[in-house]
Amino acid sequence: MKILISNTSDAPLYQQIKEQLTDAILKGELAEGDLLPSIRAFANDLRVSVLTIRRVYDDLEKEGFVKSQVGIGTFVSTGNTEFLRESRRRLVEQKLADAIRAAKSLGISWQELQDMMKILFEEE
Amino acid sequence: MEPILEVCGLSKTYPGFSLKDISFSLPEGCITGLIGRNGAGKTTVLRAILGLMPADSGTVHFFNTESPETGARPGRAVRERLGIVLDGGGFYGDFSLEEMKNLTAAAYPSWDEDEYRRYLDRFSLRSRQKIRTLSKGMQMQYALALALSHHAEFLILDEPTSGLDPLIRAGILELLKEFMENGGRGVLFSTHITSDLDKIADLLILMDGGRLVFQEEKDLLLDRFRVVKGDPRDLNPAVEPLLGGITQTAFGFTAVTKQPDRLRALLPDCLLERPSIEDIMLHYLKGGK
Repeated sequence: MKILISNTSDAPLYQQIKEQLTDAILKGELAEGDLLPSIRAFANDLRVSVLTIRRVYDDLEKEGFVKSQVGIGTFVSTGNTEFLRESRRRLVEQKLADAIRAAKSLGISWQELQDMMKILFEEE
Repeated sequence: MEPILEVCGLSKTYPGFSLKDISFSLPEGCITGLIGRNGAGKTTVLRAILGLMPADSGTVHFFNTESPETGARPGRAVRERLGIVLDGGGFYGDFSLEEMKNLTAAAYPSWDEDEYRRYLDRFSLRSRQKIRTLSKGMQMQYALALALSHHAEFLILDEPTSGLDPLIRAGILELLKEFMENGGRGVLFSTHITSDLDKIADLLILMDGGRLVFQEEKDLLLDRFRVVKGDPRDLNPAVEPLLGGITQTAFGFTAVTKQPDRLRALLPDCLLERPSIEDIMLHYLKGGK
């Protein structure tokens, strides 16, 4: 799993970490039952505050991506696969919306965008 | 998270200097950096917390225990759970490391001789050496070995890294990280080397002129500010109120802002970057907006 923190991004550190962890879970890079690093070890590695990692874990738990067990640690626990699939769909929609926004700001037409998508889709 | 230290309304007046109504609370599991310019009152606060100079008013709670009376030293049970390194060390220079250690160990029923030996080995310190022959870095390493060998839960360190070379500093930061791997612990250390805090601090306390300027989570603080770099020709009366601590050269200006969104709207070509603690500290102490 990779987590990269950008120093030029406007997104708060907490949000950058949370989004990348969520992505990793949705893409299956982190599987059901995987143990996440301890809060202190994770904070040291990313050079962020333990309070930031704690907030990320708390949020992921509230949103149903992980479960924490006192004394053991925090595990990936997505439980509901239907929910997971829906989340994956949302992720795709989100990225498409980003692409459309970028295209509009550059004045790329709907037709051009469709052509681009078709080429990229077939290349994958 | 349980508070490991709660300080409430601590005040102390001396001729020419006073601590004014210092209050903060540190949760367990956190490394807290106490920052501020020379003479801001960092050492005085640490000494007042430890009851080494009685405060005029205010209370100090360690480990959620009963509050001692104003200005009293923490009780024996609390002191045994603290690891303390103050500036100047309070060592007798003519003593050998072994002799000074014996003096310290006698004060702590929970003294762990094996642990102490491991620290001496780690720092390559020799027991029979006289304290006055130690270099500055070795003296600090020795002080830490003494402070860490009785299973302390909370470390209070005054300028543990100042005046030391980068390698020794990195070793000390590593030691603090290892110390924090066990739950329920905490570290409070004063420093003016802000790059050390960029690396390991969770919380920051900034002091100036005997007052507390802020206590804040490091990451939230760093997220609130941005360093701005841009074309000096763009500096105009609409932009300037959004900037603090502007420095300018022929090639560009650098400043700090709390309103990156408005600034980006006004100056689409400027660069916005995450600040360092030093950028923010200078911004506050130079009276930025």
